[in-house]
Amino acid sequence: MRIELVKRKEHSEVMSLMSPLIAVALTALSAGIIFAISGVSPLEGLYKFFIDPLTQQWSLEATIDKATPLILIGCGLSVCYLSNNWNIGAEGQFVVGALFGSFLPVLFPEFENALTLPLMLIFGVIGGALWGLIPALLKTRFNTNEILTSLMLVYVAGLLLDYLVRGPWRDPDGYNFPESRIFSDAATLPEVFGGFMSMSAVITLVIAGILAIMLAKTLKGFEIRVMGESPRAGSFAGFSSKRLTLFAFAIAGGLAGLAGTMEVSGGLNQLLPSISPGYGFTAIIVAFLGRLNPIGIIVAGFVLALSYIGGEGVQSAMGVSNKIASVIQGLLLFFVLACDTLILYRIRIVTRRGSAAAGEASHV
Amino acid sequence: MFEAVLLTVITAATPLLIAAIGELVVERSGVLNLGVEGMMIMGAVIGFAVANQTGSGTVGVVAAIVAGMAMSALFGFLVIVLVANQVATGLALTILGLGLSGMIGEAYIGVPGIRIPEFHSEILAEVPIFGALFFQDGALIDLSFIKGLSDIPFIGPVFFQQDAIVYLGFALVIGVAYTLFRTRVGLILRAVGDNHGSAHALGYSVLKIRFLAVLFGGGCAGLAGAYMSLAYTPQWVENMTAGRGWIALALVVFASWLPYRVVIGAYLFGAVSVLNLHAQAIGLGIPSQFLSSLPYIATIAVLVLISANRRLTLVNTPACLGKPFVPDR
Amino acid sequence: MQQDRSEKDTLLDARGLTKRFGDILANDNVDLTINKGEIHALLGENGAGKSTLVKMFYGSLEPDAGEIWWNGDKVKISNPAAARELGIGMVFQHFSLFEALTVVENIALALPNPGNMKDLGRRIDSVSREYGLPLNPGDIVADLPVGIRQRIEIVRCLLQEPKLIIMDEPTSVLTPQEADQLFVTLERLAKEGCAVLYISHRLEEVKRICHHATILRHGEVVNECDPTKETPATLASLMVGSEIVAVTAGAHKLDFGDVRLGLNNLSAKAATPFATALNRISLDLRAGEVVAIAGVAGNGQGELFDAISGETKVAPEMVLIDGVQSGKKSITWRRKHNAAFVPEERLGHGAVPGMKLSQNIVLTRHSTGDKLVSGGFVSEVQAGDMEKRIKQAFDVRMSHDDPEARSLSGGNLQKFVVGRELDRKPGVLVVNQPTWGVDAGAAALIRQALIDLARSGSAVLVISQDLDEIFEIADRIAVISRGYLSVAEPVSDMTRERVGLLMAGGAEAQEEAV
Repeated sequence: MRIELVKRKEHSEVMSLMSPLIAVALTALSAGIIFAISGVSPLEGLYKFFIDPLTQQWSLEATIDKATPLILIGCGLSVCYLSNNWNIGAEGQFVVGALFGSFLPVLFPEFENALTLPLMLIFGVIGGALWGLIPALLKTRFNTNEILTSLMLVYVAGLLLDYLVRGPWRDPDGYNFPESRIFSDAATLPEVFGGFMSMSAVITLVIAGILAIMLAKTLKGFEIRVMGESPRAGSFAGFSSKRLTLFAFAIAGGLAGLAGTMEVSGGLNQLLPSISPGYGFTAIIVAFLGRLNPIGIIVAGFVLALSYIGGEGVQSAMGVSNKIASVIQGLLLFFVLACDTLILYRIRIVTRRGSAAAGEASHV
Repeated sequence: MFEAVLLTVITAATPLLIAAIGELVVERSGVLNLGVEGMMIMGAVIGFAVANQTGSGTVGVVAAIVAGMAMSALFGFLVIVLVANQVATGLALTILGLGLSGMIGEAYIGVPGIRIPEFHSEILAEVPIFGALFFQDGALIDLSFIKGLSDIPFIGPVFFQQDAIVYLGFALVIGVAYTLFRTRVGLILRAVGDNHGSAHALGYSVLKIRFLAVLFGGGCAGLAGAYMSLAYTPQWVENMTAGRGWIALALVVFASWLPYRVVIGAYLFGAVSVLNLHAQAIGLGIPSQFLSSLPYIATIAVLVLISANRRLTLVNTPACLGKPFVPDR
Repeated sequence: MQQDRSEKDTLLDARGLTKRFGDILANDNVDLTINKGEIHALLGENGAGKSTLVKMFYGSLEPDAGEIWWNGDKVKISNPAAARELGIGMVFQHFSLFEALTVVENIALALPNPGNMKDLGRRIDSVSREYGLPLNPGDIVADLPVGIRQRIEIVRCLLQEPKLIIMDEPTSVLTPQEADQLFVTLERLAKEGCAVLYISHRLEEVKRICHHATILRHGEVVNECDPTKETPATLASLMVGSEIVAVTAGAHKLDFGDVRLGLNNLSAKAATPFATALNRISLDLRAGEVVAIAGVAGNGQGELFDAISGETKVAPEMVLIDGVQSGKKSITWRRKHNAAFVPEERLGHGAVPGMKLSQNIVLTRHSTGDKLVSGGFVSEVQAGDMEKRIKQAFDVRMSHDDPEARSLSGGNLQKFVVGRELDRKPGVLVVNQPTWGVDAGAAALIRQALIDLARSGSAVLVISQDLDEIFEIADRIAVISRGYLSVAEPVSDMTRERVGLLMAGGAEAQEEAV
């Protein structure tokens, strides 16, 4: 038996919509098998993991809180991936953004007024963008592979955060715990809609909307898509791949930095040695599951956020390791990528070489 | 002091060396597998777990190799059969490996580990047949003087008292270099990486050759992982590979796809990564976080230096690296 | 020689070969017989199914139905190694060579038992000399010009002591003189009893060297003939199935208008180790004329195109568009100043494969007026209107409205890509390989459109490797060789022989003598 790919004449629009759904279904199936191996009833496990978090208000709110940074980072990454810039360092850009955003409340706690929050957010964007621009500059200037440099900078950012909260930025009244001082009220993002949604979620939705319009309707969006699919044609169109690389990394880094600042300002309320459960990496999965489309990314962000909450759920209720969440995330990305093949190709399973008519078992 | 430093450099360099030489073969065939980190961590956890269950380090090492290959087979199926995006699939492999290893390894956190035996010349005599031929009393050719080598000061510990995987690493480099440039298999592998269309036109099975190369890379990454959890620090710690898989990827670029240069790169990075340890021992006043970040910063610096030389990179990069191939039938 | 085609000399006999790709029937019940020592032409338009057929002989493709008989035995050729074992060798049109490897390594890859590399090197040396195709076994292919690369492919076949050599468009990369040399080799092989299956659309040479011809159209054998008894015109009508409308150039007048595109000592270093440097190229292109640049592939045509279009920047005074120094200006600036460009590569350079035609219009027209983009937003309505207009004006055929570029056939996509620029009525048009791989009908339409544009007062520069095309449409001809350009001379002063000599290095010598 042998699998052959038959190229479609054009992209299949049906499959573009179907492939993420098929991927989620296959992931759920695999998750069920893992639950069974771990000695829990698959159906119960799946319910607890994917459905239960949606049934209670607190867990729904927690899901939204987790989905927010994933969506924001994922939106930025989609600009990178659409334009063929492989930024996998969003985790580091998230951290450095949080550091930039935090320096006001940590070092100048007395600076409390209406400007505090807007300034923090702006600094966060700047910090993330600057950290993102390092691999972009190295790529445009020295032709250095951005995948490896952006990832290396994640480790550097993590160590920088660790150094600051254990050293110069440690809370003077904190009994030597490795954490910064607690942010003042003026530096804390408020909640809106009666506490149901955070300010971060509102800002994230607005930005996702703007990006969706930019990508679909403007010349800039056209440029991003052309450069991703065919850089040579892009340069023939008069677009500069170097400028676009800087642009994409600045957007992705800036949005990751904003997400980092909003996470410390709205959620943690202080800096800790670790401020992210891997948002920057999970957002890569979010971006792909959302088909690099901001609207799709909003949905995908929720799916992935569920896996965090669901992971905690199955651990406390059934004693299954919460590490199952990252296993399921990894599997999901695998299935998404595998199913994307269906958009450009039909899959033909040939059972016997030679007799094509008899051998074609199925067409997908 | 120097001897102690050198010994730690060797142990730090070995996993990088093995993972990088495997990835070099993969990339020579035209495939970019960014999932080295994921395959390595799976090798580490499976190696540790199996060694613990069976009580044998060797069985653990074999299991780790198999685990690495299984992970790479998954990758190979996606990027070679289904022509999925290689960069994204490599990332998926890493994410999956980190998650799965965390889940499997949870039971082994804090469990005392098994160290694979250091190579000591005494062992030679115990190898079946081989030992009797060369090292026991009344041997065919008496090579037992080798046994004395490990007792020589400095030379002995550095060259003749390492664990078997260190030697295996060097054997791999020599084997890969010889195979790539002196054998037909190597010629075909390089041809497939240079121009998959031509290789297909001449009747070579591009997909099969690439799949085998990917499996080899997975086996090497698994072995490198086993070295981490069974020799370097014989215990299981989550995320214990700490980016070494990624550094191995950078080493392949650093080596501009030439096997012997991988050795230089691995030892250079091994040296940088143990700097932290020794600098703290001396008591320099530098915060440890800065020293810990050195390998990552050094990786960036080295990548910049290498890639700034356009001519060198263009000539040596396998022309089909990362490009998918769908044969017409 | 048709009377010599008796049964007992049959080497290869294909019966009822059929091959289908999805909805397309590439070969439909094809019968073909090749005799020993025969140079057999396989004729047909692009897309007629020639490549599919020979790939089945070489084992790269498997027939869906039909039989192949070899030396009187029914055989199944399941892969190229099996074909080589039977004694079938192939010289590919787009070479099957490995650029990073040496000549000897390239040849070793095609032999079942290459043995020791040193011995093989010696064998290559002697065989290549013997057939007048000398090669240096240690050279890296990337450093070699196309003519030599083809020799590698031929020598690779010869070392297998073949009984049949399949050649796919072998002269398309050669100068006329190099082609003559190839014909001598082929005739010698035929005398030694080796058969040659010769694919070409150059009818002059088919008539000259081939003993027998089989003509394919839409995947079917439509005719067999003795080409020595036909004229190129009758062969052409057999191939196309109808008379081709001749291109009307109008009178070749020599009093053209102002200089619209000027190249002054245009020089550029090679950007990569595999590129060609440009050396002091000068040319004045005047309103109303078509100037053609001839040359063998890989002599700097692509680099010259990029420098004129602005994809690579040169010193300002090196490129003048309507008198304005533009060497440093962007391609968008040049388009706004009424220049237009059609690159050689249609998919991936001239058009984005996975994008719809209307989006591909935005690619080159986003800044040339037309209200296509306003306030940063792209008007899909306007793009759709333009797509319909171009489709009608240039007879671009498509299965449904506004398809993705990659779903169009070569000829239809080329009509679209050329039409997209002509729709603007540009003052300067630069086209690289306007009809490469395009069927005869589309080619005639494109050539006529280029001439009509020039006669309306624009200046048209055509870069082409097709001498027939060049002599058909050009008012003046220049030749590019290793990045040097010969002086453009009126077509009436040029002959194929002179062009050939210039292609083979004469252009360089001319430049160095200045």
